[in-house]
Amino acid sequence: MLTDKDRIFTNLYGQGDWGLEGARRRGSWNGTKDLLDKGRDWLTNEVKASGLRGRGGAGFSTGLKWSFMPKVNDGRPHYLVVNADESEPGTCKDREILRHDPHHLIEGCLIAGRAMDAHTAYIYIRGEFMRERQHLEAAVQQAYDARLIGKNNIHGWDFDIVVHHGAGAYICGEETALLESLEGKKGQPRLKPPFPAGMGLYGSPTTVNNVESIAVVPEILRRGSGWFAGLGRENNTGTKLFCVSGHVNNPATFEEEMGTPFDVLIDKHCGGIRGGWDNLLAVIPGGSSVPCVPAERIKSAHMDFDGLREAGSSLGTAAVIVMDKSTDIIKAIWRISAFYKHESCGQCTPCREGTGWMMRVMERMVRGEAQKREIDMLFAVSKQVEGHTICALGDAAAWPIQGLIRNFRHVIEERIDAYTYKSTSDGAVPSVAAE
Amino acid sequence: MSVRRLADESVQPASFAFTAENAAWAEKRIALYPEGRQQSAVIPLLMRAQEQDGWVSRATIETIADMLDMPYIRVLEVATFYTQFQLQPVGTRAHIQVCGTTPCMLRGAEDLRAICQKHIHPEPHSLNEDGTMSWEEVECQGACVNAPMVTIGFDTYEDLTPERFEEIVLAFRDGKGDTIPPGPQNGRIFSAPLAGQTTLLDDVENHAGTGTAKPVSTGRPDATRPGRKRKVGQEAAPAIQSPAPANAKVSLEEAESENRKAAGPARRKPGQAMREGATGAESPAIEKTAPVTPLFQAPEGTPDDLKLISGVGPVLEGRLHALGIRKYAQVAAFSAEDIARVDAVLNFRGRVERDNWVGQAKALAEGGVERYREVFGKDPR
Repeated sequence: MLTDKDRIFTNLYGQGDWGLEGARRRGSWNGTKDLLDKGRDWLTNEVKASGLRGRGGAGFSTGLKWSFMPKVNDGRPHYLVVNADESEPGTCKDREILRHDPHHLIEGCLIAGRAMDAHTAYIYIRGEFMRERQHLEAAVQQAYDARLIGKNNIHGWDFDIVVHHGAGAYICGEETALLESLEGKKGQPRLKPPFPAGMGLYGSPTTVNNVESIAVVPEILRRGSGWFAGLGRENNTGTKLFCVSGHVNNPATFEEEMGTPFDVLIDKHCGGIRGGWDNLLAVIPGGSSVPCVPAERIKSAHMDFDGLREAGSSLGTAAVIVMDKSTDIIKAIWRISAFYKHESCGQCTPCREGTGWMMRVMERMVRGEAQKREIDMLFAVSKQVEGHTICALGDAAAWPIQGLIRNFRHVIEERIDAYTYKSTSDGAVPSVAAE
Repeated sequence: MSVRRLADESVQPASFAFTAENAAWAEKRIALYPEGRQQSAVIPLLMRAQEQDGWVSRATIETIADMLDMPYIRVLEVATFYTQFQLQPVGTRAHIQVCGTTPCMLRGAEDLRAICQKHIHPEPHSLNEDGTMSWEEVECQGACVNAPMVTIGFDTYEDLTPERFEEIVLAFRDGKGDTIPPGPQNGRIFSAPLAGQTTLLDDVENHAGTGTAKPVSTGRPDATRPGRKRKVGQEAAPAIQSPAPANAKVSLEEAESENRKAAGPARRKPGQAMREGATGAESPAIEKTAPVTPLFQAPEGTPDDLKLISGVGPVLEGRLHALGIRKYAQVAAFSAEDIARVDAVLNFRGRVERDNWVGQAKALAEGGVERYREVFGKDPR
């Protein structure tokens, strides 16, 4: 269980000053120059040693990602791009960093920039975060005015930060789509390779990191990688912002140790499940794109990358969506399908057509207006979308449906039975029309 | 993907021009990107144009394409791809964006949508009769722990109940939108737990709002004043320019007065009303479609807290009340026939027996929580 002195985001609820003064009081910008002077390799190795895994969902080692940037500069500039396009349903952790602790992120950008030989960072924030953007822009301006960043700053590493924003496209959270969008185009993901570390923004070596991954770096370096590596479980180290929404008594965002069991997390911070633990139906533990886990399997699961993989799901962004027994689980998943249908960029056929098709079948299943063999067909089609697209949106659209069928098939069948029973008792012909 | 088209020719204006202030801003914005990469500024420029006019017209697209030296089709692509751009006129006083994605849906976003349909227009993206209001359902806005929520202009209104949201809609319709403080509407501090913080209790600097239900601030992030401690903020950042355009929906003066109002005693009563209203997304719909007639004679007196029975949540409690079940003793005295009837009406498939409601209720009826502990060896719920 984490104590307050081990928490990184000490202004999470915005009760202190989010500006430079307050940030300095909370320890930001303290000895940054000493850290930068230790050089590129030390910074990268230290982050590697801390075991920090990317907080954007995939959980790839942040230090390792940094080390993919070319060691020798071939004349092209290097870029750091921070992914603040937080749009995964259920996720609202970066919002708190951006509006209440932006200097963590700005200092992190400078350090990460040094570690990858970049002199420019772009922070791509989602268009809907308008007030958050204002805070971030103001904080960047403060850093410029105090000569913490910019040309000839007091840290001896020229560094510019540009706050860029999107306009409501979920897909721009995918790193190459984000780069396309940053270049002023439609946000359609690029084929990889070439990977961004070789050819990213404006054709230059680029690393894209999540806000939380960058914002925790200064504290890790100041306290030492051993401190961060000592928290959590092996291979799943450190602290994490969790956002718990849905049917808990007190939904909240909070920072907790990685690997904390689910029931401890909920009882301590969220006042328990609405109606008690026996009223729990299922949990989506990592944002809408991960499969849901039924009550009995989630209760003692460790909330980290490996713990949730054992439970048949994934940590994703640690956005926990809790559903109690009053939930129509088919409808909840249908709404997620509608989300992915809306957000598909339209580039790859399996996703563009598949997301709409799956949503329409799900819509009928919400009413029970389907045949039981269609459940298998839906599963098979979702398997044909998964893994056949350029980016992971196709997978993300398929997994919730697969999770539903795997865990709640009986609910779908009962709904179909109820519908068929009703239609025959009313004298109507059972619906057999498939899409 | 979403298919979006430009508005009908009949509403398209003949021309578009940035105001002098916005034009100067645009020039600076374009200069932020490397030489020859001015195309990068297309989204910020379109957004600024939308903030100025409320929506993006064909003339806007063409003007911005010329400014950035881009083919018209490339800017048209961008404007139709990104769903935050409004491609038709929106309400002059408010365009309400209701988040409808699963986390908000679970906490009652469908009721909010119904209120928009009732007070504004049955169809999204349509103006009400006097052209002052419009609404749409949008995908996740990234405030899920404060669900359900809506976005109006620059601000989010979170932790809504249908009643509170109705007040907000009517206030904006009557041009009094600035009387509503943005942020959580139930008195909580941003995304902290409603019942009080569980973390960050040690730090003196963060002690400001702990322990009391009363909000310290309106929850409004203010571009010109970092933090909520006014004195500190002013000292810390005297030179910050407000990034908000001059004609932003809420001006600084309005925001000031809003903050003052919200800080005063007139602040809406937090907590209780919200909790009573939050009975979950599904219950009202269920009650509407299948009116429940009481099966039992509801006894006199205050009802027992049926939620103490493990397996009964607030939603279920409401439905049991509707059936006339209000006391532990009633549940304890269920006959097999009663159970079957309740089961059938609530579509339970044996949950009453599975969760042993009768045994639990018997213990609670006999000696309350203490007796429950004796019998079951744990706290109720």
